[in-house]
Amino acid sequence: MTLAFPVLALIAIGVFSLIQGIEKPPAPGEEVTIGYVDKVSGFDEYARQPGGITLTAYPTQEAATSALLAEEISEYFIIPPDYVSTGIVTRYTLERELEPPGETQWAIKSFLLSNLLEGQTSPEVTERVKVPMNLGTVRLDETGQVATDQGGFGAFIIPYLFSILLVMAIFTSSGFLLQGLGEEKENRIMEILLSSVSARQLLTGKVLGLGAVGLIQILIWLLSARFLVELVSTTIGGFATTLQIPSNLLILGVVYFILGYLLFAVLMAGVGSISSTTREGQQLSMIFTMSAVIPFIIIPFIMQNPGHIVTQILTLFPITAPITVMIRMGLTNIPAWELALSITLLVVTIIGSLVLAAKVFRTFLLMYGKRPRLREIIRCLREA
Amino acid sequence: MPAVELNNICKSYNDNLVVNNVSFTVAQGGIFGLIGPNGAGKTTTIRMVMDIIKPESGEISILGESLNEDTKNRIGYLPEERGLYKKITVLQSLVYLASLKGMGNRAARSRAEELLQRVDMLPHQEKKIEELSRGMGQIIQFLATIIHDPQLLILDEPFAGLDPVNTNLLKEIILELRSQRKAIILSTHMMNEVEALCDRILMINKGRTVLYGELAEIKSRYRNNSVFLKFDGALGEIEGVVGKKDHGEYVELFLDGETLPQKILEQLVSRGVEINQFDISTPSLNEIFLQVVETGQ
Repeated sequence: MTLAFPVLALIAIGVFSLIQGIEKPPAPGEEVTIGYVDKVSGFDEYARQPGGITLTAYPTQEAATSALLAEEISEYFIIPPDYVSTGIVTRYTLERELEPPGETQWAIKSFLLSNLLEGQTSPEVTERVKVPMNLGTVRLDETGQVATDQGGFGAFIIPYLFSILLVMAIFTSSGFLLQGLGEEKENRIMEILLSSVSARQLLTGKVLGLGAVGLIQILIWLLSARFLVELVSTTIGGFATTLQIPSNLLILGVVYFILGYLLFAVLMAGVGSISSTTREGQQLSMIFTMSAVIPFIIIPFIMQNPGHIVTQILTLFPITAPITVMIRMGLTNIPAWELALSITLLVVTIIGSLVLAAKVFRTFLLMYGKRPRLREIIRCLREA
Repeated sequence: MPAVELNNICKSYNDNLVVNNVSFTVAQGGIFGLIGPNGAGKTTTIRMVMDIIKPESGEISILGESLNEDTKNRIGYLPEERGLYKKITVLQSLVYLASLKGMGNRAARSRAEELLQRVDMLPHQEKKIEELSRGMGQIIQFLATIIHDPQLLILDEPFAGLDPVNTNLLKEIILELRSQRKAIILSTHMMNEVEALCDRILMINKGRTVLYGELAEIKSRYRNNSVFLKFDGALGEIEGVVGKKDHGEYVELFLDGETLPQKILEQLVSRGVEINQFDISTPSLNEIFLQVVETGQ
């Protein structure tokens, strides 16, 4: 999986480039005829529209329908008597579609605007009304100079994709830990292991070993991301040229992977030690995994409100912090104090969880056949 | 210096004292039987010896010192709950478990092959554990217990689930290990195996020691002071006999406290009673076990 993602990304870039290269140009002289019924009267000019679209008037809806069925027109629309006050235009087509084609919408809109403004202003102003602005944004830094990181969707997408990979890496590594513990309990080999190593050594070895594997995975993905973004930008162009990797993605990506993994590894160890089967452990661990993906569930809110108090809380709450920080990184500059506090809270939570999980681990690791009751677990946690 | 020394070990779970002031020693070159009914505290005691759980009070000394990394590598432990990694081969299992005890790869491999040869399982070395029968899996686990040549062996129910052939095989190996001056703790319900193998025993019931010492001494302590007799002819009155019990095929003669069985034999011979069988009754460990547990001693 570690190499699969960069390789798949390379293949996807290659396929996309190939498709772009063999894409057919539009056939010359291809005409589309759209019918319309003007119940207002006065919409009789500007029948030729861009994109080879011609609008043809029909006296009644029945005539337009007949022409549609006879394939003389591809579709038709009706301008009702109250169009000027309501703006409602109803379109009729035989096609099943998700939404009207862009060219059709543009042609109808252009036709209506041109006829509405006929005689009111110059043709140049009429064309400007149709496309009133091409809005460009330039982000300035604190000194008033043009910032190197311009933001936008291109700056968001890479950290967002990385947050998905981050959560996969964290849950894969900690999931292996849970699975391993569950199998060792089910296979009853746990006692043999504990006769050779202490519970603390067993837990540490598993956490560090699986963590090292996950860290290598993350580093490979982070380092290949820079190369892939360059490649996409040069081969595909267009939107791809706006792709950016935030300068602190490498550092924060590694930090939050390590801390996120340690937190979930410790939690999974605790869950694994109280579960009697692997399956039971996986079900219990859902409490933590479902909580961790809350930022993905409310991502539209975060995108709209990257500085909102709710987003800040998710940045500070240890279980949701790794994903939230990755997502926010592409949307805004996260204040340094928030990052510092988030990391501090994560570290404190990891230490606290480790102490509690170690107690649970030692006490329940050799309990087979039944899950300890909550009362027993709480009692274990209270005892020194 | 004893291989194992426990002094006044206590352990409780949820205010329930499951091991209560248990003390015993195990000598090098001896087989020590740890017996008791289900839930008596045997496995808990063994786990404390192995440092898997901590006692609340008392002291444990293993091979002359407290348990540490080095002493753990000199102990072989076969737990009651059997288990091996199912998806790896027999040889891989043995080599891995030997490596946990500090053995090098090459040495572990060589020793594993030697042991597999000993138990006629060398052809199975590349089979996965899940492909073996339960009995074969248990043999492999026993081999994993001894592969690193430990000085102390702790075997919890080693014969459970084994057929008579494999039981015999294990007994042979255990006796070989004793002759090599290994210290062995054997925890089992099979009293006949304890009688056959053990020199000294500790019987534990409800967390307390109820019997401890040399097996022969314990058996003589619980002797009924009677003899079993198969004979032809008439017995008549015999001096020193205070009671008789007819068991059908034989008669049991109960002696008073001062009369030795030899005196009874002399009287019977002098009267011309044709004696077909004369046994001094010695209770089996099983009978002693039942007596102790049922009387709640």
